[in-house]
Amino acid sequence: MERNITMIALFAALIAALGLIPKLSLAFGVPITAQSLGIMLCGTILGARRGALAVLLFLLLVAMGLPLLAGGRGGLGLFVSPSVGYLIGFPIAAFVAGLVVERWRPTTQRPILVSATAGAIAGGVLALYVPGIAGMAVTLDISFQEATWLGLVFLPGDLLKAVLAGLITWQLSVWRPEIFRAEP
Amino acid sequence: MISLTSPIETPYHRFRAGYKLCLLCLFTFSVYLAEGLLVHLAAVASVLCLYLVPGFAFFATGLRRLLPIWPFLAVLLVWHLATAKYSDGIEVAAKLISAVGLANLVTMTTRLDDLIAVVERAFLPFRRIGISAKGLGIAIAMVIRFTPVLMQKGAQLTESWKSRSPRRPGWRVILPLFLLVLDDAAEVGESLRARGGV
Repeated sequence: MERNITMIALFAALIAALGLIPKLSLAFGVPITAQSLGIMLCGTILGARRGALAVLLFLLLVAMGLPLLAGGRGGLGLFVSPSVGYLIGFPIAAFVAGLVVERWRPTTQRPILVSATAGAIAGGVLALYVPGIAGMAVTLDISFQEATWLGLVFLPGDLLKAVLAGLITWQLSVWRPEIFRAEP
Repeated sequence: MISLTSPIETPYHRFRAGYKLCLLCLFTFSVYLAEGLLVHLAAVASVLCLYLVPGFAFFATGLRRLLPIWPFLAVLLVWHLATAKYSDGIEVAAKLISAVGLANLVTMTTRLDDLIAVVERAFLPFRRIGISAKGLGIAIAMVIRFTPVLMQKGAQLTESWKSRSPRRPGWRVILPLFLLVLDDAAEVGESLRARGGV
């Protein structure tokens, strides 16, 4: 119980920290923050349930007005802005990423690198983009197709992050295997 | 950790947080359901007036907090200019400005402890399915305490990478950061249990 609560709380803090550390922007000149990488990793490391709870806790604090979202944003305004779909998609993304890793257990033929990368793509891209694009379509009053074009701008970056999430999960499973043996 | 609550004392600070949230929900739903350009322009005007009541400094901060939605407004403008449906574009933009504006106003005028109290009260009915309000309170406190700690650790890892390599650290510090967090979480969990648990 205590261990679960601290894990959830510290991972929520980690999502915030990944979006706020100023010097930590992923390569290619564009300041792509590591925040969505943090959300994928919550799922692949903590599992579906705890991962989604960590993201929900993070969102609760953002809603309460703490400037924890990348770029120091926060507050209730975000939940009625065009980003709302992505905010709704964040916990779903972590849940799906965790579910894929839990269901698709790593074996010798299929290392955790594969299932964690697949989970990060299924969660951080598929499960995140559907509500995200729907949110933009509703708030900006444009068609689903038009919103999709807007949303696809982030696709290359997010695919790269999904691969990174797989690599990091794999490395963590080598150094801290006990985390992945813990109850889901 | 700095919250987004405004340091300027306004009349809105004295309203109960729960009422403010209910009013905000009501306003947002009506704005999204309402039709007609005039209605939406009136909504924007009234939200701006609410910002002007506490004074100009507060109004200026409020406008700055609206900056994150400008890229979306720019997309809307270009899109509706291209399709020549100007009044639709202005209507959607007005919807966004008034809804985000009022939500920001609630955030700026409600203290964090009041909001935590609302959340704890809202979670009381969930006790039966095993979500304890006390556990939630502790978790919230831990996130607020650990976010700056982890940011500092991340910055230290970045510094130590830079002292070893001329290349940018980028994503390479994320793995050690996660290792630190996993070990911290195990220790903090044990000390919580040692002090009586949740």
